[in-house]
Amino acid sequence: MTSAIAFKNVVKSFAKRDGGIQYVLDGVDFSIPAGKTTVIAGGSGTGKSVTLKLVLGLMQVDSGQIFIKGRDVTALRGRELEQLRAEFGVLFQGGALFDSLTVFENVALPLRERTKKSAEEIQDRVATTLAQFELTGHEEKYPAQLSGGMQKRVGLARAMQLQPSIMLFDEPTTGLDPVMSQEIYHLFARTKAEFGFTSIIVSHDIPKIFNLADQVILLHNGKMDVFGSPEEIQWSEKPYIQEFVQKTMGDIYQSHLVE
Amino acid sequence: MKKNTLEMGVGLFMIIGFAAFVYLALQLGEVSFLTRGKTYVLKAEFDNVAGVKKGAAVQVAGVDVGEVSVIELGPLDVAILSLQIANKVKVPKDSMASVKSQGIIGDKYIQLSLGGDEELFQPGEVIVETESSLDIESLISKFAFGSVEQ
Amino acid sequence: MKSNPIARLGDTGLYVLTDLGRMAFFLLHAFRGLFRRPFRVRELVRQVHFIGAGSLVVIFFTALSTGMVLGLQGYYSLNKFGAEGMLGSAVSLTLIMELGPVLTALMVAGRAGSAICAEIGIMRISEQIDALDCMAIDPFRYFITPKFLAMLIAMPLLTAVFDVVGIFGGYIAGVGLMDVSPGSYIQGMQSSVTNHDIRLGIIKSFVFALLVVWICSARGYFVGVIRGAGFGAESVSRVTTQAVVFSSISVLVFDYLLTAVLL
Repeated sequence: MTSAIAFKNVVKSFAKRDGGIQYVLDGVDFSIPAGKTTVIAGGSGTGKSVTLKLVLGLMQVDSGQIFIKGRDVTALRGRELEQLRAEFGVLFQGGALFDSLTVFENVALPLRERTKKSAEEIQDRVATTLAQFELTGHEEKYPAQLSGGMQKRVGLARAMQLQPSIMLFDEPTTGLDPVMSQEIYHLFARTKAEFGFTSIIVSHDIPKIFNLADQVILLHNGKMDVFGSPEEIQWSEKPYIQEFVQKTMGDIYQSHLVE
Repeated sequence: MKKNTLEMGVGLFMIIGFAAFVYLALQLGEVSFLTRGKTYVLKAEFDNVAGVKKGAAVQVAGVDVGEVSVIELGPLDVAILSLQIANKVKVPKDSMASVKSQGIIGDKYIQLSLGGDEELFQPGEVIVETESSLDIESLISKFAFGSVEQ
Repeated sequence: MKSNPIARLGDTGLYVLTDLGRMAFFLLHAFRGLFRRPFRVRELVRQVHFIGAGSLVVIFFTALSTGMVLGLQGYYSLNKFGAEGMLGSAVSLTLIMELGPVLTALMVAGRAGSAICAEIGIMRISEQIDALDCMAIDPFRYFITPKFLAMLIAMPLLTAVFDVVGIFGGYIAGVGLMDVSPGSYIQGMQSSVTNHDIRLGIIKSFVFALLVVWICSARGYFVGVIRGAGFGAESVSRVTTQAVVFSSISVLVFDYLLTAVLL
């Protein structure tokens, strides 16, 4: 199995308020297979989003290497980094839509800025995508006028414009109600089936998110545990993983009761 | 229509801004109506030109007719000013140049009191009949008695 | 926090160094944005509209009242020396060399600088800047450089407007309300203001424009890494305050330095 992304002994730390150092990633090794879906889970503040930013070269590692399709991101600068980023589509936590642009302009942005397509081609492409994501009729709205779920859909539509081979999802369902989360998951499954990209999902929507996962990575105290399938997690005998499973399953159990 | 208002706003702003600039440059800067070729130079010898600066006005009867272009020290420790004067102003040989100031601490300027002589100063000639800086008596009287004269 | 005061001092020193370094790189990137294609003319126009046209009214009233106060105050002081004929030159020199550039910069920092800082800060915390990076769109070319350019265009023009309106205000106060003759007011300002004075005013307004837009946009851009700013919406409001204070102070400091060097 070829790996799309590989971390080799990656260390990333932050200075803490009290002058100490917190190791978010403490010598981490893992690889993400091409064409599969990997879910990165873990409590809040365990460095899930940091991992994504390292992959994108938005943050620098302290030491170690990150290979994307065989190229070391940590050694790339400027133009080369820009080229590599063209491989990625990213759905940010809040959608990261540009406030001053309409829905149409947001989705058209990558095409306008990164391709030489004519205005008509762009018009057609964007209209098709918006229809795909059930956003037709909202073209002239601004992000602030959209619901959270719609913002995510626009964000996804924008991220897909340049047909990336790797998609990164940062907390795709945070802040959404269960119905909308479900909608996003369906959308994910559909686009994934259609475009066949490699995907990384950072989420704490456990265990629902596991339905989508081919591989699960648990982050804990700067270390990673990699599991081939969601089921493997439950068989793990490490106490902190058992505790994690207990806690997350417990939450779900409770929320079922409430519903 | 929305696009047009944006452009119009910017256009209006640029026009107002540049108009202000042009006003400053023309009204206050030294872009004078006296261009070269329309002026000639007379020199004037003074004992003391303290306070006179390059560019100071030359006036006849309170009207600007030129400016001081060069200030230099001549032989025998006299100050020699070059006065650039508009062509239309003829200066008779018996004219007098004096250093005056606008108010007590005002800018110094050169006042030409034109005489009645038939003969005129030619460009480059030197006015020797001059009155130097500081008319102390009148300064003191003005300072001490305020605006009594009014 | 470290308890050892020397360690804390060293810590702060290192932080200040890093911060300055970041600011320098930011400026470098902003200038590099000028040479990246395609240049966004439309964004530049929008920003000139916001910074320039949008500030005209506030500049007009600030200038008018400043000019009128200068006129009254100047008349009061000069009258004691019987030198009210100097009013025109006093008002115009003060405005052109000092108050015009400085007050315009302060007003623009408060009005447009704060908005620039908050806008960029919000784009940072809502990951819009990261999104641009990920799409391989240079955020500097895309929206920061246009702000720099717009500020450099708008500030000198606003300063010129300030000067003219201020001089007019001085005229109203001195000639209209007091008894300075119109001739001596205009004659005074024409005879005493030199090209050099106007040039000094223009240089100042360019430098102030750069300071304001640089400090305000960089504060917003680095909102996540500025010490003591905290996180989220609150951090944006904190760095915005900081940006306005820093840019105002640096305008005043540079005003002195430029006057000392160029006068």
